[in-house]
Amino acid sequence: MTLALANGTSVPWGSVPSLGMDAFREVVVGAPERGQRVSALFGAPRGDRLILVVVLADDDSGLLECAATTLDGKEFPSMTPECPEVHLFEREIAEEWGVIPTGHPWLKPVRFTKSKLPGVTDFFRVEGEEIHEVAVGPVHAGVIEPGHFRFQCHGEHVFHLEIALGYQHRGVERSLVAGPNKRTIHYMETLAGDTTVGHATAYCQILEALGGRRATPRGYALRGVALELERLANHTGDLGALAGDVGFLPTASYCGRLRGDFLNLTALLCGSRFGRGLVRPGGVGFEVDAERVAELRKRLDVAARDVAGAVSLLWTSPTVMARFEDTGRIALDTAAAMGLVGPAARACGLRRDARKTHPSGIFQMVHIPLCTTETGDVFARAYVRWLEIERSIDYVRAQLGELPRGEARRDCPPPKGASFAVSLVEGWRGEICHVALTDDLGRFAAYKVVDPSFHNWMGLAMALRDQQISDFPLCNKSFNLSYCGHDL
Amino acid sequence: MWRILLERMKQGHRTGAYPDVAPVLPDRFRGRPAIDPTRCPDGCRACVEACPTDAIAAAGKGLTLDLGRCLFCPECVSACPEGAIAFSKDFQLAARRREELIVGGEASAKGRALEAKLLKVLGRSLKLRVVSAGGCNGCESDVNVLSTIVFDLGRFGIQYVASPRHADGLLITGPVTANMHLALQKTYEAVPPPKIVIAVGACAISGGPYIGHDEVKNGAEGTVPVDMYIPGCPPHPYTILDGLLALLDRLPKERLAAVK
Repeated sequence: MTLALANGTSVPWGSVPSLGMDAFREVVVGAPERGQRVSALFGAPRGDRLILVVVLADDDSGLLECAATTLDGKEFPSMTPECPEVHLFEREIAEEWGVIPTGHPWLKPVRFTKSKLPGVTDFFRVEGEEIHEVAVGPVHAGVIEPGHFRFQCHGEHVFHLEIALGYQHRGVERSLVAGPNKRTIHYMETLAGDTTVGHATAYCQILEALGGRRATPRGYALRGVALELERLANHTGDLGALAGDVGFLPTASYCGRLRGDFLNLTALLCGSRFGRGLVRPGGVGFEVDAERVAELRKRLDVAARDVAGAVSLLWTSPTVMARFEDTGRIALDTAAAMGLVGPAARACGLRRDARKTHPSGIFQMVHIPLCTTETGDVFARAYVRWLEIERSIDYVRAQLGELPRGEARRDCPPPKGASFAVSLVEGWRGEICHVALTDDLGRFAAYKVVDPSFHNWMGLAMALRDQQISDFPLCNKSFNLSYCGHDL
Repeated sequence: MWRILLERMKQGHRTGAYPDVAPVLPDRFRGRPAIDPTRCPDGCRACVEACPTDAIAAAGKGLTLDLGRCLFCPECVSACPEGAIAFSKDFQLAARRREELIVGGEASAKGRALEAKLLKVLGRSLKLRVVSAGGCNGCESDVNVLSTIVFDLGRFGIQYVASPRHADGLLITGPVTANMHLALQKTYEAVPPPKIVIAVGACAISGGPYIGHDEVKNGAEGTVPVDMYIPGCPPHPYTILDGLLALLDRLPKERLAAVK
């Protein structure tokens, strides 16, 4: 019924099974039972008809199961009631293509692309004496991106949180169609600017799959180094921000500085703290010599020592632990049903990490251990980040110690026509999924981007249930999701 | 308690000495581009065509490069067969007027201080409300990082505040999406006068990679009046700090003498 693909490969579009709607539904709603999860579900125009494409990740087999269906008319039966993790995908399809998933329990705009005003829509409301609603955003108190949050409260107690996004929508996916062109890589590098390496790598894997030529081994290794440096900077920053939100200033201050030290390691590679210009089709855009590698290793050792000292204070300070533990808890089955990814999923005990289960590039050659914690609370989301910091430091050290010889980059042939390619990368927030369909001339007929935040925003909403509203900043930081990556 | 104090000793003092001492930037840092039009072969448009945001334009026999559009990516340098474009390590990129951002243009200049009257009101204490209007969290991150101990923005009397009502001005990032247009307008209106606006990053200045998209307004100008432009994608934190200090006339005088 489905076609199994390995991560970072392409097939002729004609070989992707085109199913009837009933069979397609069965494939999607039956996914959780088969141990699969939905990595992408999207619409694409094919002639004058709309097709739906699904990519299911099978974490046991390491394969991506793909299928498509052609829509007749303007409706299709919603799969959300049986498979909740597709709820946002279906809302997205409805908003983008004007088709109705009939029976969707909460069909409303995702990015307000066709609305007069963003955020103006129905919100779930709790009615009753002394119930009140708190509305926050789009402009927030801190230096963060815009989003709108509605809390249904009884005093401090939060019954329900609903999140409305779309303020950051800048029309990226629409502009990717008919590419690649000279702007494409720059869209990728700014899909979520803090995940420049992650998204650029996912895109380059797509181009390499469609071009039929792999990147150089040295390029793979340097991409792996950059990806882990990106993770180190952001995880360190997140732990500092969590410390700041519970008023524990030592770790907040140290990690604020150390995050920059990791970013500066990326800048040592390519001149940009965020890795702009580094990841390019065929490998990486900057060569490193032995002297640069030695400098990287030296600075990494110093940062590793300082981050260990700074973070270990968290776990030995009762004031911190009292606020982290049991706050914003998500149960394992809830996390699985919502299709969470990344540290938020691993903090609930879900073994989901594309580096391990769907490895690509250097991660195929050199494995990285998968870290999980069990409790699903703020503590678990913080601690799993710390475990990953340790693993990433080891990984970068090892890679720098044995960089493959040869060129850092080679030419990537132009994309093949009428093809289909899927690429997964484990960014620091979780699984990044890119899917491309090319037309007969090898241009993108459709390019789908799924940022990990797309899966995880609902997780934040669920984490707030039955919490105090004053714990919202802490819960929010423990997810630290992307607005622009969601809004595209 | 003892562990915390011990760790405090280990971590040491980390605040940079800018503006008294120049910052150490990575050797591959891409700052203000320098153009040498004498090297351009006749009719060569390689850099113009390679630029993803059309920041480079042929002007007579020479070239101009708009820092407000520039992503500081390596594409033009890679495309040039003659080495006519190179990025320098000059990180001081802020300017007060849009036309001053054109490298190779007639008005090219570095950022100057606010006018004396405004400087008297805001010069010693500047409170800014940050609005992200479609930013990718690159600029936002490097604006935020100025509050860390490395840059310690507070020592200059500059602070990001939680409400526009408490602010002397706005610091805007992002291309201003259609979906943030109204929120930005309302936030601006909520700031009591006199007020200033600082546009940070290629997006907020020109739309950046999203220039020309129907979904964005090509930057802050047109929605609000802009008093300071700080280019980059994203600008280095020292570029942003330098811009803020230039605005408040807090930089040593030699810097302005070095303007070419």
